[in-house]
Amino acid sequence: MSINVRFFASLKERIGSAALEIDAQGITTARDVWTSASGQEADEEMLVAINKEYAALDRTVADGDEVAFFPPVTGG
Amino acid sequence: MRIEIRENPFDPWQAVADYRSSHLTIGKSGASAVFVGTMRDFNEGDDVQAMVLEHYPGMTEKQLQALVDQSMSAHNLDDALVIHRVGELKPGEDIVLVATFSAHRKAAFDACREIMEALKSTAPFWKKETLASGERWVEKNTAGW
Repeated sequence: MSINVRFFASLKERIGSAALEIDAQGITTARDVWTSASGQEADEEMLVAINKEYAALDRTVADGDEVAFFPPVTGG
Repeated sequence: MRIEIRENPFDPWQAVADYRSSHLTIGKSGASAVFVGTMRDFNEGDDVQAMVLEHYPGMTEKQLQALVDQSMSAHNLDDALVIHRVGELKPGEDIVLVATFSAHRKAAFDACREIMEALKSTAPFWKKETLASGERWVEKNTAGW
């Protein structure tokens, strides 16, 4: 019963970790994942992906999901 | 169609020439549109010495594939080639290539721009610049439309 959490770019530096695993117990949405993993309030500009697809912060997550958080993208 | 994320410098013009000769059917595509994005040595009034491009392996490829698929079908393209750098870059190095091939110019032009703008706003890449004063993350892409 766990969720794989990933952070990229400036969020990775802010959290001080690229990846961690959290217990899925008591977790319903991506927002819960963020709060549990970071101990911080969610920043509304932050982007979320569940299993490598964009998702809303309030999307439900499931046991075993990979939930990623990152800032606005700046490629190209 | 080919989508490539690479860590080493590349020559976009050679890549287009190679792709045309290896993938396109002679006499079919009357139009080729090409966009190349190159690293500048300045940004927001500061000199930029170097840059690191980070991506989300797996998701970046998936996102690029989805947006190129979408434009290929919306504009009925014959083919498309997208190459994007990651890792350490120096000013003057090319960052991105988008090449589109179609029977007529409108579809090639429109799709090339559409793919580029979708890439800028949705493909998970992040730039970190090295300035004389230290490093900083680029916070947002400017709108191109």
